[in-house]
Amino acid sequence: MKERLHALRENVLDLLQEVITEQQLNDLRIKFLGKKGELTEILRGMGSLSAEERPIIGQVANEVRGSIENIINEKQEAFVRAQTEHRLQAELIDVTLPGRKLTSGAIHPLNKVIQEIEDVFIGMGYQVAEGPEVESDYYNFEALNLPKNHPARDMQDSFYITEDILMRTQTSPVQVRTMELMKGEVPLKVICPGRVYRRDDDDATHSFMFHQIEGLVIDKNIRMSDLKGTLLQFVNEMFGPHMQIRLRPSFFPFTEPSAEVDVTCVQCAGKGCRMCKQTGWLEILGCGMVHPRVLEMGGYDPEVYSGFAFGMGVERIALLKYGIDDIRHFYTNDVRFLQQFDRM
Amino acid sequence: MNVSYKWLSEYIDLTGATAQQLAERITRAGIEIDHVENRNPGLDNIVVGYVTAREKHPDADKLNVCTVDVGAADMLQIVCGAKNVDAGQKVPVATIGAVMPDGMKIKRAKLRGVESQGMICSAKELGLNDKLLPKEMQEGILVLPAEVQSGTPIAEILELNDYVLEFDLTPNRSDCLSMLGAAYEVGAILDRPVKLPDETIEETGGSAADHISIEITAPEACSRYAARYITGVKIAPSPLWLQNRLLAAGVRPINNIVDATNFVMLEYGQPLHAFDADQLSNGHIEVRMARAGETIVTLDGQERKLDPQMLLITDGVKPVALAGVMGGANSEVTESTVNILLESAKFDGGVVRKASRQLGLRSEASLRIEKEVNPEAVIPALNRAAELIRQLTGGTVAAGIVEKVTTQHIRQTIQLSVEKTNRMLGTSLTAAEIHSILRRLGFEGNEAESGVFEVQIPARRGDITLAVDLIEEVARMYGYDNIPTTPIEGATTPGHLTKSQRIRREIRRLLAGGGLHEAITYSFTHPQETELFPTLSPNAKAVKLAMPMSEDRSVLRTSFIPGLLDTAGYNRNRKNEDVQLFEVGSIYVTDDAALAELPEEKTVLALLMTGKRSTPQWNVKAEPVDFYDIKGALDSLFSHLGIIGRVRYAADRPAGFHPGRSASIYLQTDAGEVLLGTIGQIHPDLQRSKDLGETYVAEILLQPVIDTTSFAIEYQVLPRFPAVERDIALVLDRKAEVGHYVNIAKETAGAWLESVRVFDVYTGDRIAADKKSVAISLVYRNPEQTFTDEEITALHGKVVAALEAQGAELRK
Repeated sequence: MKERLHALRENVLDLLQEVITEQQLNDLRIKFLGKKGELTEILRGMGSLSAEERPIIGQVANEVRGSIENIINEKQEAFVRAQTEHRLQAELIDVTLPGRKLTSGAIHPLNKVIQEIEDVFIGMGYQVAEGPEVESDYYNFEALNLPKNHPARDMQDSFYITEDILMRTQTSPVQVRTMELMKGEVPLKVICPGRVYRRDDDDATHSFMFHQIEGLVIDKNIRMSDLKGTLLQFVNEMFGPHMQIRLRPSFFPFTEPSAEVDVTCVQCAGKGCRMCKQTGWLEILGCGMVHPRVLEMGGYDPEVYSGFAFGMGVERIALLKYGIDDIRHFYTNDVRFLQQFDRM
Repeated sequence: MNVSYKWLSEYIDLTGATAQQLAERITRAGIEIDHVENRNPGLDNIVVGYVTAREKHPDADKLNVCTVDVGAADMLQIVCGAKNVDAGQKVPVATIGAVMPDGMKIKRAKLRGVESQGMICSAKELGLNDKLLPKEMQEGILVLPAEVQSGTPIAEILELNDYVLEFDLTPNRSDCLSMLGAAYEVGAILDRPVKLPDETIEETGGSAADHISIEITAPEACSRYAARYITGVKIAPSPLWLQNRLLAAGVRPINNIVDATNFVMLEYGQPLHAFDADQLSNGHIEVRMARAGETIVTLDGQERKLDPQMLLITDGVKPVALAGVMGGANSEVTESTVNILLESAKFDGGVVRKASRQLGLRSEASLRIEKEVNPEAVIPALNRAAELIRQLTGGTVAAGIVEKVTTQHIRQTIQLSVEKTNRMLGTSLTAAEIHSILRRLGFEGNEAESGVFEVQIPARRGDITLAVDLIEEVARMYGYDNIPTTPIEGATTPGHLTKSQRIRREIRRLLAGGGLHEAITYSFTHPQETELFPTLSPNAKAVKLAMPMSEDRSVLRTSFIPGLLDTAGYNRNRKNEDVQLFEVGSIYVTDDAALAELPEEKTVLALLMTGKRSTPQWNVKAEPVDFYDIKGALDSLFSHLGIIGRVRYAADRPAGFHPGRSASIYLQTDAGEVLLGTIGQIHPDLQRSKDLGETYVAEILLQPVIDTTSFAIEYQVLPRFPAVERDIALVLDRKAEVGHYVNIAKETAGAWLESVRVFDVYTGDRIAADKKSVAISLVYRNPEQTFTDEEITALHGKVVAALEAQGAELRK
């Protein structure tokens, strides 16, 4: 019996040498080690052995089975390795082909700029106020110290609807409405973004409809130096920490003293270039101390309270910020234009 | 206002300040200098020549051969093609070697065989603005007055070594519409005194009052009218110095009288008018309002219809001038004029402005009067002009001024507190510093009590009426740069957005994140466009602009959809056929065409989708968008805002839409269900007329959305027991609404039906043509315990039975 077992081992090991496929390996396993395999067949004769022989033969049988199994397992692992290797080769992909993108659109550049400006001022403790675009003559002009016969109130310059109603020419009426709402309470700190309308022939830098953001602060002891401080902080947050501002005296009916504000040219950082006409400065804002008549009409005693106001054209800021060459792009909404703003 | 540096220097010492430096300092003090123009375009080697002889060119009809004396030893022979060249003229001559402003070099040349030793120049060739010159000098050469010396450089003769500063004046600074006003401003900046013109006048005639008389019957519109009488004038061209001054200021020289009045207007800012006194009935002047139906023929030969709002100058018999706007033809100064009445008056700015606008007549004079002239300049300007006319025309000025005053001008006195000034500006100026600034400005200021000045405002500064006006003057002279930069003191305030603002931002963020681009379209539209999509503005009357710029933009929009369709069309014309847009903004509606109150502005969101859903690529199919893309976008938004459960879509055929592919959207608010908006494919007829592809749009009102949205998120406990999923296929009538069956399932199963998902809709060969098969996945869950087989079978069976009862056929 021992001999038969050894012979079986020799035979199987020889056969295993020639195995090429996994199928052949399985066949061999069944043929020799299976329930009806040759090893089982031999071991069936164990019953006729003596009690002394039985453990010896049993040990031999286990050794034979073990050595066969070892080799079969090794072979089996080799096959799996080869298969895996083969599969990985076959599953090669081209990583340079484009991926499926998340679809992404863009917030309009004007609203992007408005939101950015809003956020700067919200951080400085301002609220955002809005008001009607179709406005009464009173709020748009009268309460802003432009009396009825004022030249700026010409039909030629504004879109009137009736004698008393017009498309607002500025966002300043929202300031007046806010003052009324506050009923003399202080501190008042708001910014007012929105659409405004003026009779202007459209060209690369003019549009009959455009956007403004204005700000208004009223409290006791608001000074022109506070206005300068506020604007410098805004400009630094909006355009960068090294930007400077420069105030030039100007005139608006609703502020006094009034100023135009220049910032360091965003293009040349103040060295002088074509964009800033070699001055190193770009005009971006109008501002001033709230005119006492405006305070009075808004329900604030100018002897007790003072305030400042400022206003800027959103289009102008967006043109400068993004280097856009023609204001009309903002309203024609060419998707090739819009999609350039789908970024942070 | 164009201010010549050279002319300005007659009133103020400009030593040490170049034109450019001056421009910068004036700008920084408050009047923007737009531009500094060098009047000399580069005119070396161009000198005055005297044409001693002119002969026809032997071989060319249009050429002349001129002999010209340029003050050198030799006469020059110059061939000239100008029609107006003639012997006896003084002309500008570019000699050999001169380089013209356009770069052309003057060389010795032969023209048709005749040698030419230079060029006789036109104004244009000299690089000068010739628009103000007589026509023959625009077409031909520039002819200079006889008094100029041959050989003198032309730049010297025409006083071109000068700069012009273009003052861009804000409406309050009309005082600088004059050389003297500019001089006062510059004087304040440089801290130097202003030299006034010589005001002496030689009055050798008889008494003016014997010849002229004045009557004002419109005192509100004319506070002062003064006149002088000048006899024996001789009309002639002005001398060169005067013409040079006017040209530098951009005013056309005409004759000695008109030029003198214009010169004084530029000097004092006071417009003057000269009448031919012999054309006035009895030398009388009456200032009154025009009468309805009256007419006047103005200097330009046009007959003007007048109305009672216009101020008129008459001679008691006939209108002779439109006050402050234009003189009448009947009393115009002509070649034959001998005696003149010279007017200097203070007319009301508003009255003159209205008349000049209404008649479309705007002039240098009306421009100044509209902004209110200096009442104290009326008499000095009259004297200055009379004396100038006397000198220029050889006339005699009659003794005295004839004058009527209806309102005396009173100089304003304003109190200025040092403490208030500093409190307003954030500065710490001393009384002495403020006093010094007032002095520089030419304002008399006495410190009445400690720290308070009584400031007398000169009449030329009509813009200063309040203390704050003075504070501004102090600030700009002190320098805005010198005002410190401080943070606001006092309580800090929390800054935040309102709920509505937050939601609108969130909508923008979500839709842009989902692939739509935000558009901004015009609020103005064509009246017909407002009728296309009326659902959200029922019974609205269009809000019309009184004076639109065009019919296309004459009313306010009542829907965003037409504007977005135009945007899609604009993109389609540029080959951008895949367009997904949204816009957030306002529509304007009113039911009162007369607009007793402001129209209502409703906040609206609109969406548009057309073309392909996404850019096709190797692994993404080019699928066209359909109804369910735009509905999905809205549903995503409603889900994001937590109101999807309140929204209902109902097939509704809203106007403008494809009747089979559109719906109304309803929202359950706390006050009941409201119409929120419309959604669908635009009607194929509209698609065709707008030349678009298949296009889907939606438009909703945002206020109900904002009102129902809550920012509170309520956490739901995660399920502890397993769910059971049952898929069924229902065969329904083709026209049946799946939503109806989904609702039946929900109502029947109650809380244990966790979700219903439609995962397939089939129409085709395998079922009847009028049927569709709808595959639905139902997920049941009992939050308390695991379902038993019996329970789930019973529940699902009930749902199926309910569906079948509604005509659904279960597909096995």
